[in-house]
Amino acid sequence: MATTTEPVVVRSAKSGAEPLLVIRNVAKSFGKNPVLRDISLQIAEGEFLTILGESGSGKTTLLRIIAGFESANSGEILMEGERLDLLPPYRRRVNTVFQHYALFPHLTVEENVGYGLRVAHAPKDDTATRVSEALAMVKMTAFASSKPGKISGGQQQRIALARALVNRPRLLLLDEPLSALDANLRRQMQVELKSLQREVGISFVFVTHDQEEAMVMSDRIALLRMGELEQVASPREIYSHPTTAYTAQFIGHTNLLRGEIKSGIAQCHSLSWRIGLPAGPALFSLRPENIRIVTSATGSSDINVVTFSGKIQHQAFHGATELLQIVCDDGLVLSVRTATRENRQGDLHLEFSPADAVPVRESPERG
Amino acid sequence: MFSRAYRAAITLPPLLWVAVFLLVPYALLLCYSFWSVSPAQTIIHAWTFDNYRELFRVNVYLQTLFRSMWIAARVMIFSLLLGYPLAYYLSFYAGARKDLFYQLVIIPLWVSYLVRAYAWKTILGSDGVLNTLLQYVHLTKHPLEFLLYSPFAVVLTLTHIYTPFAVLPIYAALEHIPRNLVEASHDLGGSPLQTFWRVIFPLSIPGVLAGATFAFVLSLGDFLASLLLGGPSGIMISNIVVSLFGAAYNWPLGAAISLCMLLLVVSLLFLSEKLEKKWSFR
Repeated sequence: MATTTEPVVVRSAKSGAEPLLVIRNVAKSFGKNPVLRDISLQIAEGEFLTILGESGSGKTTLLRIIAGFESANSGEILMEGERLDLLPPYRRRVNTVFQHYALFPHLTVEENVGYGLRVAHAPKDDTATRVSEALAMVKMTAFASSKPGKISGGQQQRIALARALVNRPRLLLLDEPLSALDANLRRQMQVELKSLQREVGISFVFVTHDQEEAMVMSDRIALLRMGELEQVASPREIYSHPTTAYTAQFIGHTNLLRGEIKSGIAQCHSLSWRIGLPAGPALFSLRPENIRIVTSATGSSDINVVTFSGKIQHQAFHGATELLQIVCDDGLVLSVRTATRENRQGDLHLEFSPADAVPVRESPERG
Repeated sequence: MFSRAYRAAITLPPLLWVAVFLLVPYALLLCYSFWSVSPAQTIIHAWTFDNYRELFRVNVYLQTLFRSMWIAARVMIFSLLLGYPLAYYLSFYAGARKDLFYQLVIIPLWVSYLVRAYAWKTILGSDGVLNTLLQYVHLTKHPLEFLLYSPFAVVLTLTHIYTPFAVLPIYAALEHIPRNLVEASHDLGGSPLQTFWRVIFPLSIPGVLAGATFAFVLSLGDFLASLLLGGPSGIMISNIVVSLFGAAYNWPLGAAISLCMLLLVVSLLFLSEKLEKKWSFR
């Protein structure tokens, strides 16, 4: 069937370059319990890729397979064209920032950071220089001789980062490194981490369950659902063009409209618009901010807008914006995000562009 | 708030227990060590330092004490050499069989000390299992005499008996090492051997110290193994104390030796606790 499909967006820092890491058909199960099924993914040089998913989606397992702490049941992983998955973890040019930092409690901050260089028998002077550079990079020079038990969580976080980066890995893996920090520090670290990544130019694979964090930091997001990749795209792409209902709901907030397409017209409840898709049942994602409140019913025959009216059922104040639950005249309930305004009452006239109602696939049941 | 009477009622029994069974005996021991025995075998209740002078004047006491310490030190070393790999295997590699192996380490502790000592006697004696076997395969023509009634036999038996005491604290220390530290070491390029020496072993030191202290202190005070298997060359300091309180009927000298041992052991415990603190990070 010749339909236009979404263009596959592969962003790469060096366009045309070979991908740094290629994950090919990786599958893993624990006992009879499949955790990852047929994962294929590429990571470009200098890219910040986030593996996003709920708990139990298999994201940490995928990270541990790349690091070498778990082995895949099938598939292969290549780094710069060579098999990575056959090497033990201590031979991989990959370093990890662990979820709970995993700093060595019996070593000082400095010794922790220098650990990788010391086990590699790097020259002493060189080690000292690189360790102090790494500590300066994360602004922890003053704590060089402290033990990890004596510094705060945020500081431990920085040391874990310095300890990994000082080895100049080809790829840095981060396993929910910010999840133990409180909200403010977390936002600050997101910005720091992102700018640090740009500075050092190392590819980052960042695992998180927090979609906002993924949006803020990533070049691309790989959304994992029950062991399978749901969608891999840039934050903008994945937000504005989710391919499945699950993606649309997991990334941001959305309205899912169930309807039918008949001879070029999409019909959802009483709403209808022109569409260039074949006939059949359909599902659309319509972001709350893409529905506009207009002053009067234009009754327009403009085919580029869908107009309707409804009443406010519920109103949630979010500061600059508010989220309204609108009951349309035909009983359909929609979320609408608008700039905050007081005294909104009575019937509202609303509209949206058909282009904003993104057709999405039903996410199949898995288990 | 609890009434005074109630508080007194619940604190009194333990206090009494400690007083009657610990403080009073130690006080008596202390008193005895400064008393003496008359030629007519009665205790003279007059203060004197003679017992302590005797202890340092007669070579056999100090020699036996040093021999006991040397035996205890060997037991400690062999217990650690046997116990550490066992504890390490249990903690890191036993997997699903962990509980089973753990029980196997514990079970010998339920078997009477005497049974185990006699078992070694049966194995090591001149008509014993080992000598019979050695002669049967023509490795030796005559029974090896040094096997039984020697310091060797004492060290062997005590090592057998006290190795579980070394295994358990080492195992506990190893179990407390977060596994992500091991992963972190591998991740940073540490080979399994480097990971062991730079991460696992340093973090298990408190357990090693506790195990070493157990093996040493328990062996130092032991008298049954040396009594049953030691022979004349395997006499330990406790055997002397036993005979002083028994046949020799010199309680004051026995008390003086006991107190010196107590002092030694308490200082060792103190030292090992200090070291354990220095090496623990939680």
